[in-house]
Amino acid sequence: MNRQIRRVAVVVLVAFLALLAAPLYWQVLAAPRLANDPRNTRVLIKEYSIERGPIVLADRSEVARSVRSKQKGDPLEFVRQYPEGERYGMVTGFYSLVYGRTLAEQEFNSYLLGRAPEQFGQNVTDLLTARETPGGTLVLTLDKATQEAAESALGGRKGAVVALDPRTGAVLAMTTFPRYDPNQLSSHNPEAIRRNWDRLVSDEDAPLLNRAAGALYPPGSTFKVVTAAAALENGVTMTQELPSPPVLDVPQTSADIRNFGGASCGDGSLTLTEALVISCNTTFAGLGIELGSQKLADEAEKFGFNRPSPYQLPAATSVIPPRQDVPATAQSAIGQRDVRVSPLQMATVAATIANGGRRMGPFVAQEVVSDKGKVVKRFEGEDFGQVIPERVAGDLKDMMLQVVERGTGTFAQIPGLQVAGKTGTAQHARGEAPHAWFIGFTSSGDRSIAVAVVVENGGDVGSEATGGHVAAPIARAVMEAYVRGGG
Amino acid sequence: MESRRNVELSLLLLALILSVGAYVIVGLAADNEVPSGSAGYGATLAGLFLGAHLVLRWRAPQADPILLPGAALLNGLGLVMVRRLDYAEAAKDSYRPEAPAQALWTVLGVAVFVAVILVVRDHRVLDRYRYTWLLLGVVLLVLPVLPVLGREINGARLWVRIGPFSGQPAEAAKIALVVFLAAYLAERKELLATATYRVGPFLLPEIKYFMPLLLAWAASLFVLFFEKDLGSSLLFFGIFVVLLYVATGRFSYVATGLGLFIFGAVVAYNLFAHVQVRVATWLDVWRYYNDRGFQLAQGLFALATGGILGQGWNQGRPDFIPFASTDFIFAAFGEELGLLGVTAMLLVYLLMVFRGLRISLAAPDDFGKLLAVGLVTSFALQVFVIVGGVTRLIPLTGITLPFVSFGGSSLLANYALIALLCRISDEGTPAPAAGRRVPADTGEVTVVR
Repeated sequence: MNRQIRRVAVVVLVAFLALLAAPLYWQVLAAPRLANDPRNTRVLIKEYSIERGPIVLADRSEVARSVRSKQKGDPLEFVRQYPEGERYGMVTGFYSLVYGRTLAEQEFNSYLLGRAPEQFGQNVTDLLTARETPGGTLVLTLDKATQEAAESALGGRKGAVVALDPRTGAVLAMTTFPRYDPNQLSSHNPEAIRRNWDRLVSDEDAPLLNRAAGALYPPGSTFKVVTAAAALENGVTMTQELPSPPVLDVPQTSADIRNFGGASCGDGSLTLTEALVISCNTTFAGLGIELGSQKLADEAEKFGFNRPSPYQLPAATSVIPPRQDVPATAQSAIGQRDVRVSPLQMATVAATIANGGRRMGPFVAQEVVSDKGKVVKRFEGEDFGQVIPERVAGDLKDMMLQVVERGTGTFAQIPGLQVAGKTGTAQHARGEAPHAWFIGFTSSGDRSIAVAVVVENGGDVGSEATGGHVAAPIARAVMEAYVRGGG
Repeated sequence: MESRRNVELSLLLLALILSVGAYVIVGLAADNEVPSGSAGYGATLAGLFLGAHLVLRWRAPQADPILLPGAALLNGLGLVMVRRLDYAEAAKDSYRPEAPAQALWTVLGVAVFVAVILVVRDHRVLDRYRYTWLLLGVVLLVLPVLPVLGREINGARLWVRIGPFSGQPAEAAKIALVVFLAAYLAERKELLATATYRVGPFLLPEIKYFMPLLLAWAASLFVLFFEKDLGSSLLFFGIFVVLLYVATGRFSYVATGLGLFIFGAVVAYNLFAHVQVRVATWLDVWRYYNDRGFQLAQGLFALATGGILGQGWNQGRPDFIPFASTDFIFAAFGEELGLLGVTAMLLVYLLMVFRGLRISLAAPDDFGKLLAVGLVTSFALQVFVIVGGVTRLIPLTGITLPFVSFGGSSLLANYALIALLCRISDEGTPAPAAGRRVPADTGEVTVVR
């Protein structure tokens, strides 16, 4: 009988091996597929059962927070709210059941959920029970007063404003228009979320696009600052006389370069400073041809062109082709043709000059604080070092101060402060009004700010607009709000 | 030999530490504090199993030292999971806690264990009442079909309700019938093994000796037809075929048994809609996700979400699975303790089954061997049917996971089952020095058994 019993034992062993293999299949091999199956609500419900950390401004005021859902029978415990509505959506992003997360909600998700390695093991009980650590608070660099000033100065015109602290790269303000309200995508009502989403994505004005970091525009004359930097680094001086013909006969093409509105830049020659002050196209186009496309691109790359943006959130890469023919180079030198920039990139150009030539990568999240108030993670802007010589930066600053003092940028003047700047009027499509630009910077006491403003199609003023009329006053309002906010 | 009991004692302490630890962790995870009942839970569990241990020391010192700690561990963790599911259910409207009842059943279960050890001093006594067992088994089996007593719950007519008490008599019937079959086959095995016909490669006994097999088949079909219980039906028939094979060594019985099983399965498939549903759901669970496949799919989601390490006690959502505390408790463990947890659990079962087979090998008499094999087969088959069902290895049939699932009848029956195995092993293990020493200073001689 024992022989039979031993055979039964073999059959039992085989059956148990099959039993051991089955969970191995479901829990390891098939697990990724099943865990991500949309019908498996476990992962989602678990995430929504955590009190996700708030997102706060530099002054600790909340711009995103999780509150207990008041909906009866809601399987999701917490609902995400954005108390400021549309105001900070371009930084916080949204937190949607249906469409996932974007921007800060996505990039800093593990910190907000309390799952980042730095947050691990802060609490012995959590460690013992494998329970999740409470979510961390994400502290932004945004300054409330500056952000609100940027928003009201832009005043509902299509465009974007970015303000940076030139010494650190901290984003002080970032606004865009049109915008969206992240509350509309972050409710617990999938029907409403889908409806709102369909409306937002079918809107021709792309309200979901953060124009400040994610859109690319021709920079127009604001790019002359980069061309001037290249000239200064290649032996040209501020006081050097340069040709300024009414019309520049560009070799290899019949498309000559003229000044804005066909105006002349004086009697045929100008100093580099004067050319920048009155934004003379023919002078800078001529400089571009002399320098060549490679040197122009090299200079732009020192400011961050042609490289992925170091910004913590998704941002577009600003570009200038390194090898162009002569006509294209001439146009690139005045910020036309194939040069494309984001407002964030142009703010970095202004900030780098303001900071004496040392470039700091922009960043918008400065730290993560635990629910116990302990800083668990600090973020800083990437330090790119002295990308242009201090002397060149100083010259550029001098010239830009004069632009605001007595040139195209007088609308940016702030009484009692030294404001540097450069205007731009970028043509982008035949028959359409150009984009109005302004980049600039100022400081007062321990407060320092660099700004970039773009108003698409020059706002209401249409084709008559130059950056000086439309964009400079916006920049002024933003800079003033920040430096005066310091008291 | 005392060392067997010492091994059992240390294993019991380990099982108690694991169970109480799990209990505390569930409380910590749910309320952020050590649950107030921890000491009570620990003391009760310790009292129960140490009591059972002392009874073994007293009345069955040579009994297998693995079975009781194995049962204690499975039962202790099962209790914690049932309680953990109570936490989740507490948020819902129709909330009826199951943990207090399961705790009571655990106490009664261990009492049954002790009672069997104390009353059945020698398993051969059971042999004498074989037809009583048969009668008892058949009555228990038929009970749920009776009009007043029987209750149909979730499509299966398995329940009996008398006053405030309800239970599944099939659990007890299983043991009674195993005792009868072991006794019957131990006596008739030579007769049944006599081969007279040759059909192809098989030597077949006379047709009339196939009658018991046919009877058992009919009985299992009865369970299937009238109680609509696929799991028990499979269990009864499986036990019978294994016992017949072990008793006679005739592979022809196994082949015939398999043939009858397949035939019965085909007939059942064509006759019963619920069998067709089970098979269709098994083949493509995702197609039936919104209705009859929901439970199985949720169980698989639970396993997948658990992954290798599991979500941790009280960190998953096993309450999403319908009947998580009974049929699907394995998936609940998979979600919270992960692949490591359920693998460990299956290895505990495998260990207990192999100890049972060892007991059978070492049993001094044929009845003891067959009884042990029958009990072990029923235990192992039950684990296989429910774990295989939950993991989609075989079509799902609702049946409890021994010692772990919520359910009184199952708990009592399984404690009786391991008590019988302990009893048989006590007799199958030769005492050291061929006898028991009485204290030397009494000057008495060694008592030889």
